Amino acid sequence: MSLSGKVAIAGAFEHPTRWAPEKTELQIMAESARGALADCGLSLRDVDGLASAGISMGAMGIVQLAEYLNLKPRWLDGTNIGGSSFLAHVSHAAAAVHAGLCEVALILYGSTAASNALAIGTGLGGGGRDPAAAFVGPYGLTTVGSYALVARRHMERYGTRSEQLAEIAVTMRRHAALNPDAKMRRPITVADVLESRMISEPLHLLDCCIISDGGGALVVTRAARARELRKPPVMVLGCGEAVAHQELGAPDLLTIAARQSGAQALGMAGVAHADLDLCTVYDSFTITVLATLENLGFCKPGEGGSFVSGGRIGLGGELPVNPDGGGLSSNHPGMRGIFLAIEAVRQLRGECGPRQVEGARLALAHGTGGTLGVAHSGATLVLGRD
Amino acid sequence: MAKEIRHPAPGADAETRPYWEGAARGELVLQRCRACGTLQHRPRALCVTCLSGEIEHFVASGRGHLYTFTVTHQNQAPGFREACPYVLAYVELEEGPRLLTNVVGCEPSELRIGLPVRAEFAATDGEFPVPVFRPA
Repeated sequence: MSLSGKVAIAGAFEHPTRWAPEKTELQIMAESARGALADCGLSLRDVDGLASAGISMGAMGIVQLAEYLNLKPRWLDGTNIGGSSFLAHVSHAAAAVHAGLCEVALILYGSTAASNALAIGTGLGGGGRDPAAAFVGPYGLTTVGSYALVARRHMERYGTRSEQLAEIAVTMRRHAALNPDAKMRRPITVADVLESRMISEPLHLLDCCIISDGGGALVVTRAARARELRKPPVMVLGCGEAVAHQELGAPDLLTIAARQSGAQALGMAGVAHADLDLCTVYDSFTITVLATLENLGFCKPGEGGSFVSGGRIGLGGELPVNPDGGGLSSNHPGMRGIFLAIEAVRQLRGECGPRQVEGARLALAHGTGGTLGVAHSGATLVLGRD
Repeated sequence: MAKEIRHPAPGADAETRPYWEGAARGELVLQRCRACGTLQHRPRALCVTCLSGEIEHFVASGRGHLYTFTVTHQNQAPGFREACPYVLAYVELEEGPRLLTNVVGCEPSELRIGLPVRAEFAATDGEFPVPVFRPA
């Protein structure tokens, strides 16, 4: 018996902060919990399931979070598969709620990545002690470098151009201008992206997501319960997870986890690509969006460059992507998966003001976690109005 | 190019030691399963295709070509910061597997996908060197 349509996201909250040196990460999570619970009219006492992941959370971080909130949940999920974790938490929570393991699951994220000056994209390089990392660490793999390896391969194989990748950054910035909470709102042009300094060829500074502080929260419960709450429920219609890695030494860098998780989520939801009104896609780098849209099946492999051009992924286009401005312009506190679900929920409720996708009924959220060309996870949700 | 990369030492354990000991001899060592014939890299104690423990090591040619690459202009990690811009790449070996590595000994502008390369070994902070590649 599928959980599709049986479980809903009842509450969602994005912390408005982008710079919070005076706050702790646990505080940002708790403030986000307050926001999401108020959003749906529940209280902390109603919460009996808890999920979270974080860059600075230790091995028992989920236990420490429960302690901070003085919660004694009967279902816990500390799954950490990188930035996509929170979309996986939604599907795990949906399964748990559907199976009766808990009734109200709270999913939290909070981070002070910016005010702690965390070098997320360009600070790796060691890791030599871990025997698996020994094949990566000595070579100075950075996060951005792993995505750049994919971008270069895509360009070679399909003739994709830097101008096409830049279109993605320009579109996200145009969306961010409509989002009062977005960190970067000044419009940019394709030329601005191409003239910004090179970080890891062919990716420029403006091909990379920003780093901010921030946090967010989601409340997941049974559809029937959600219908009694304050806001219109957003149904979990489909979900999927996947990993892609170096296999036995022959990575096909252009086939990413989204292919598997997306097909599962769409199949479970019984939804075709043409039915979707918008997408929220993890845009750690511009190439992430292009590779994700191809692998989700919105266009054929190699057609991503033209697909993202001509306004197709902008508001008013065929498939608006990240109306909030995404990680490239709105916020990126180290891990961004939770915001993909939050923006999808807000869009499906029609709460988005000038950046609203008119009449949005069905949305797909896809997160990528980790290092794209080396080892990464993918998690997809298909969400819809009741 | 700036300074050479100061490579952090690769961690070795029982499963990967033959690979790193090969590197110390100047040999690129790969694994093949005696039971099913599958090549695998990175090294493991058993074949993850058929789960046989009958693994043999052999010396690869060290020849291959550039599969993809990126010229890294920013990495804050010590040992790499001073070496920017440096070349991170996947090299496809003649034997099939692709290795994440660095390409040395050429200007970044000379790089192109498909460029023939050969292995050499670069010293690290530890006991074992690491394979890197140079245009053939």
